[in-house]
Amino acid sequence: MAKTDQAGRPIVVVTGMGVITSLGAGREDNWRKLTAGESGIHEIKRISTEGLKTRIAGTIDFIPVDDHSSPGLSERLAEIAAEEAIAQSNIGSRGDFPGPLFIAVAPIEIEWDQREELVRASGANGDLGYADLMRAGETGNFRHIYERFLFGSVAGNTAERFGTKGSPISLSTACASGASAIQLGVEAIRRGEANAALCIGTDASVNAESLIRFSLLSALSTSNDPPQGASRPFSKDRDGFVMAEGAGALVLESLEAAQARGAKILGVLEGCGEMADSFHRTRSSPDGRPSIGCMRNALNDAALTPEDIDYINAHGTSTPENDKNEYMSVSAVFGERATRIPISSNKSMIGHTISAAGAIESVFSLQTLENQRIPPTINYEVPDPAIPLDVVPNVARDARVTHVISNSFGFGGQNVSLVMGREPR
Amino acid sequence: MADARAVWITGVGIVSCLGEGIEAHWEGLSKPSSADTTAFAPYVVHRAVPVDFDKQIPKKGDQRQMEAWQRYGVYAAGLALESAGMKGNADLLAHTDMIVAAGGGERDQNVDISVLAGLRTANDRGAYLNQRLMSDLRPTLFLAQLANLMAGNISIVHGVTGSSRTFMGEEQAGVDATRIAHARITAGQSEIALVGGAYNAERFEVILYYVLAKCLTHDQHTRVWERAAIGGGMELGTLSAFLVLEERQHAVKRGAKPFARLTSIESDCVKRTAGAITGTLERMWSGVAQRVKPENAALLSGATGVEGVTAEERAFLAQHPGLAVRATGTHLGHGLEPQFPANVALAAVALRHGHLFPPADESGVERAMDAPLQQVVVTSIGHRRGEGLALVEAVD
Repeated sequence: MAKTDQAGRPIVVVTGMGVITSLGAGREDNWRKLTAGESGIHEIKRISTEGLKTRIAGTIDFIPVDDHSSPGLSERLAEIAAEEAIAQSNIGSRGDFPGPLFIAVAPIEIEWDQREELVRASGANGDLGYADLMRAGETGNFRHIYERFLFGSVAGNTAERFGTKGSPISLSTACASGASAIQLGVEAIRRGEANAALCIGTDASVNAESLIRFSLLSALSTSNDPPQGASRPFSKDRDGFVMAEGAGALVLESLEAAQARGAKILGVLEGCGEMADSFHRTRSSPDGRPSIGCMRNALNDAALTPEDIDYINAHGTSTPENDKNEYMSVSAVFGERATRIPISSNKSMIGHTISAAGAIESVFSLQTLENQRIPPTINYEVPDPAIPLDVVPNVARDARVTHVISNSFGFGGQNVSLVMGREPR
Repeated sequence: MADARAVWITGVGIVSCLGEGIEAHWEGLSKPSSADTTAFAPYVVHRAVPVDFDKQIPKKGDQRQMEAWQRYGVYAAGLALESAGMKGNADLLAHTDMIVAAGGGERDQNVDISVLAGLRTANDRGAYLNQRLMSDLRPTLFLAQLANLMAGNISIVHGVTGSSRTFMGEEQAGVDATRIAHARITAGQSEIALVGGAYNAERFEVILYYVLAKCLTHDQHTRVWERAAIGGGMELGTLSAFLVLEERQHAVKRGAKPFARLTSIESDCVKRTAGAITGTLERMWSGVAQRVKPENAALLSGATGVEGVTAEERAFLAQHPGLAVRATGTHLGHGLEPQFPANVALAAVALRHGHLFPPADESGVERAMDAPLQQVVVTSIGHRRGEGLALVEAVD
């Protein structure tokens, strides 16, 4: 079998996968619930939701962390997903992963708990100013806050824990981050820089400020009751996305390295495509040019045509605009096949895991290939006549699936599509 | 074979306390360094010169959608595209890749302080926080804070849309952004890339991070290598730097002139045990040592001044006395994400001028260099994690 692809580059395969979402921890649990059409969305318990328009999310509450913070939980979720992926891959040895780390992480900043901690330590009673926070900081008692909230902390700690090689890279390309992390891993292996790469996407940003920021942009669903029914990609009554947490991890290897050590090949990363949007900060080009170009670039990179794709793992956020635009772009790329090719949104069940989404949905895409079964788009009760797609409504479906394309279209104009296949060609 | 796809630096854009653009920096590096000691006292901050943003961000509406750090970034990116002769060239920009090194997080300080004051006496903390944030947060401020929205704004304002990636992680984000752009071009995965970042030091909430780590100097400006005598520390600086990296043939074909060649970059992230920094610098240096001719070479250091790591860098430099050294942090302050791209930019500018700027150090690390400049080694030792080393060379 050829070890290189049509362009003479090393073929990149997946030998390990790990995932954790609001549905649960681990590939098997997630896959079982995903194909049963279960939702992980629930009422938010972590914080008070009094006065909020959105009171639901796909938080992960079953993983305890000391001193809760978004980067703290993100790092823990990344560890859990990476441990599962590395165990399945059986690559390297404990604490010695033989390749670089690419990790998508959510934006990081000091949170209200820490600011309040500094205010208390400052002893300020009267007027308050940043000078009081500085004074508390000068005591030297708060170095832990600095360590936790450095932008490179999650990547640095994760690299150290797993013993990845070289400088770890933290990706922040909004909703495309997880897919960008995988793309960087694919590229490093194709360049021959590495035989293996650990690619992770993680996000645990559900806190008051993040929720309110998205809410003020009118991006979130306010269909709080029942929570499980809120994420309705491609439905006529969709009203926004549902914030969610989780992590996905892939061990990528060159086909040659994987075969040399007798590793089981779970799937092939056949192509990556990207194209940025210059239209608007929160909206995508009305002509769909960037998302169309992004999918076409991924297909070209994989040396496949639209006819070769058996399933589209949609970005499908459940916002009125995304789903309409994604339909338009899919129509442009797939032509008259667009209405027949199955396309489903994992986000209908796990919500939008933002920085982790591209990685988590890649794991699910590979499981779709492995199991020859397509997870549904749930909550599809009121079809949108303007979006005549086969969204695999409400019930999983067995199907012959050889090649999948997974879309990640980001806020801020960053778009990535990944093409995955069942086995090396 | 290694020369088959050389990477040229064909565009440079930089904004700092020294001014905007290449010539302002070249002149500034030859003058005594200084910094502001009053605006953020007791912390020393290298404040950016006033910038007429209209020149690179013509729409006021666009400017309003950004906070200062993003405006500096978009501005310097525009300068870089202009110096590469590609500003407004829609076809070229549509296949230009972009990697931005960014942190983010400029906040509304008044809202922060007012909410914190209220939280001290709030009966129901959660409900109070929700109510205040719902009413006080400006919806668009979120976009002005997000790391990836600097790249988003560059796409919108300048039309760079080939691809868009944002790396986070302090100094190392700048090193790896440059490294990946270089590696992709060398391997044929990209032809032309815009790479860089921006950092605004003139904000209490960003200074706070380094106060928590107790790694800032106080009260007066001290040149980088001389800080060992006062216990070490950083002086933060507002900085924005972008490079256009381009495959040689691609540049030749469109008639673009190179500032210099970016020959190689390495990066690492060693566990910070005693001697580890000196060790990784030696390892990265060994990759270029055969190629570097010390009599015509200099080393631009991104040393932060933070002790421990800076002492280890000095120990490495002492092992290689043939290279003339300059710590640009003396002039620019420390700008985290853009520091490494800025130093690569300054290396390129010095190579174009053909000689090195004067030393600014009494501690004995820096010395005058009169010989023609042909090669510059650029180092970055992150104050907390991450290391990098690049070789920039004159193009004949």
